[in-house]
Amino acid sequence: MKASITLRVDGEQRSLTLDTRTTLLDALREHLGVTAAKKGCDHGQCGACTVLLDGRRVTTCLSLAVACDGTSVTTAEGLAPGGTLHPLQQAFLEQDALQCGYCTPGQICSALGMLDEAQAGHPSFVTEGLAAPAELSDEEIRERMSGNLCRCGAYVNIVAAIRQAIAERATP
Amino acid sequence: MQMIEPRAMGTPLQRIDGAAKIMGTAPYAFEHRLERPTYLHPVQSTIARGRILKIDTRAAESLEGVIAVITHETAARLASDENKELWVLQSAKVHFRGQFIAAVIAQTPESARAGADRIAVEYEAARHDVSFSGGRKDLYAPKTVNAGYPTDTNQGDAETAFERAEVKVDSTYTTPMEHNSPMEPHTTIAIWESPKLTLYDSTQSVHSVRTTVAKSLGLKVDQVRVVSPYVGGGFGSKGEPHAHNILAALAALRVPGRPVKFALTRQQMFCLAGYRTPTIQRFRLGATRDGRLTSIIHDVVELTSRFKEFAEQTAVPTRLMYASPNRRTRHRLAALDLPKPSWMRAPGETPGMFAGEVAMDELAVACGLDPVELRVRNEPERNPESDNPWGNRHLLECLREGARRFAWSERDPRPRQRSDRGWLIGSGVASSTYPRYVLLGSRATIRCGERGQYTVRIGAADLGTGTWTTLTQIAADALQCPVEAVHLEIGDTEQPNATVAGGSSGISSWGWAIVAAAQELRRLHGARPAAGAEASAQTPKGADDETFAQHSFGAQFAEVRVNTLTGEVRLSRMLGVFSAGRIINPRLARSQLIGGMTMGLSMALHEESVVDERFGHVINHDFAGYHIAANADVTDMDAVWLDEVDDRSTPMGSRGIGEIGIVGAAAAIANAVYHATGTRIRNLPITPDKLVT
Repeated sequence: MKASITLRVDGEQRSLTLDTRTTLLDALREHLGVTAAKKGCDHGQCGACTVLLDGRRVTTCLSLAVACDGTSVTTAEGLAPGGTLHPLQQAFLEQDALQCGYCTPGQICSALGMLDEAQAGHPSFVTEGLAAPAELSDEEIRERMSGNLCRCGAYVNIVAAIRQAIAERATP
Repeated sequence: MQMIEPRAMGTPLQRIDGAAKIMGTAPYAFEHRLERPTYLHPVQSTIARGRILKIDTRAAESLEGVIAVITHETAARLASDENKELWVLQSAKVHFRGQFIAAVIAQTPESARAGADRIAVEYEAARHDVSFSGGRKDLYAPKTVNAGYPTDTNQGDAETAFERAEVKVDSTYTTPMEHNSPMEPHTTIAIWESPKLTLYDSTQSVHSVRTTVAKSLGLKVDQVRVVSPYVGGGFGSKGEPHAHNILAALAALRVPGRPVKFALTRQQMFCLAGYRTPTIQRFRLGATRDGRLTSIIHDVVELTSRFKEFAEQTAVPTRLMYASPNRRTRHRLAALDLPKPSWMRAPGETPGMFAGEVAMDELAVACGLDPVELRVRNEPERNPESDNPWGNRHLLECLREGARRFAWSERDPRPRQRSDRGWLIGSGVASSTYPRYVLLGSRATIRCGERGQYTVRIGAADLGTGTWTTLTQIAADALQCPVEAVHLEIGDTEQPNATVAGGSSGISSWGWAIVAAAQELRRLHGARPAAGAEASAQTPKGADDETFAQHSFGAQFAEVRVNTLTGEVRLSRMLGVFSAGRIINPRLARSQLIGGMTMGLSMALHEESVVDERFGHVINHDFAGYHIAANADVTDMDAVWLDEVDDRSTPMGSRGIGEIGIVGAAAAIANAVYHATGTRIRNLPITPDKLVT
């Protein structure tokens, strides 16, 4: 069965007709040629396919494209219009927060979503008490970023890159 | 050796391919834009041994979107069965559960998958045997073990010396089956445009995929092109072609002119992309009361597939780590109805040094010696096996530097002395080692462009290892030009031959070919070659290769916290100190070494592939069941290295760092767990159930 949907992808309106079994991940990769969402497990276990969907981080492999009709998708590519890296992306480069790079676009989107969640006061598993919003300690960052696996083992530098981006936000 | 002067080498250049990877625009294998693609989905056997009696593809073929189905009855015939792993869809025989037995080619991935579900198979199942144990009666000695090492070695009379030793350790250690699990699945896009086959592949060696696939299909090597500019990790599992390469090629033959896109699913990677064999290792150490080794005996049992042998060289590091007048090492294999084990980051050293370095910790306890001091007392002056002098052995410097930085001297050697709010705290140490390999066969070509620019071409691979960046740095220094003047081309068989990115040999082998080509360019065209001048050269053989024992060494220090109620182990601090020759790029090197240590942590605490003996497959075959270290598992971890230039190894002064970071890491953590708890865990992974008694 086919369905027609419209997505706003990295700022551009895209219309497509696709099999209703198609995931948002395959819609992006196979129909729209957007490669910044990666397929690592197709089961929502690795986080490589993470994008910002209407501003929230989601695993696109667990989202059916037809259920996302009318939404706005931001990928790591869209965060760098004209190839100018977003400050968080620049921090990833400087801290060498990647090796093979396959999990990286997902890490970037996940980190941005995570920062917004923390700002909105969402607690995590390691947050002490719910009375006040959590300070983003290294432990908080690690916990909140644990849905994005990196087999190369770049976690130490990923945390450093996120720290750098937080520090840069704080100093205008 | 004529060394090149380091100007770009040693500087922390940012990853050249970094921005494209961070934006997600660098094309990995599945992401090459091609017209009118088709999609492949395989059917896998549901028995572990036997034969296919009947395979009914009609329901699949009638499905909308399905183009064709190939089975062992309909696939093109292959030319060579030399490698049985690649004898795909050629017979009715089933060698392991999960083997490819058919594949559906369709217009969309959804149709291909739906088609695969509709294929009905009747089998004649035979009794399979996937039961791995050290007590099997059919264990056998392979002719050699991986990388060509002897299966057994024997010096002096190790058994007698052990029996007479004043202090003895006799322990058996086990490591489980482990899967490489790179984040990018094994992927191939195959296009047959007669008479040429093109593969967009995710591989650690485009040239070995080309020669292997050509041979398998009966094509000439120059009929096959393999393209792989970016690789999403491999860790050995993409070091050689696997069955999926052949299956994609067979499908491409069926739909000439159309690209066939094929990526293994994560689940399929647990039976079709290689894995590390489980090991059972009996380690015996005999020593004097003051901790001088008199006997080392290392007996290894591991598995291979029945249809094709792979023998991991687990006891090989034991042959060189420590001095002892008597030493015996042995490998024995159980041949089972399982997929073929293969390379996984530092095959041999990784499991072997887990056992050996925990055994050394046990000996230190038995002798009442500090574990660093025990290693100092057993430092061999020459390679114990070959009697060659060491090329550059700095194990003791690594241990001492690590001890200093880790504040090791403040450690109370007694176990179970420190605790903090329900967590026991302990620290441990282990040595690391990895051979210096330079593989012969790589060739680099350098062409001068306008305005002092150079194009450097070599069919090498970057699997996250930093090749794009470090080869550019090496080329700049070899050509005595800025890095901006170097245009590097890698990852395509259109470029000259390059050996595999494996055995931590890549940068040494390819970099040396580039240095040789630069020298040849100067010899032919002088110091200022004109635009259009070109030269090419191969990696030469090192003058000291036969006369010196060349190895990298390291020391790993770990601190753990163990929960007294739940048995949970948390790594709180870890430091690796390595001796690996000149570090070409400190920014990238630190990442790779920490990455190896992180995989070692994952091995120590998490990873275990569990085979269901009833059915013969790995039951925890995804990231939900097979946990690899996540961000929250890694805390304070760092890697440093000795300031060193190895002028026997390569003209860059480097050795290779891809694997040494994982070696010894699990032992350091296991030793720290012992120090924290007083409980010696000899069976990986160290899961809570093993600590709660």
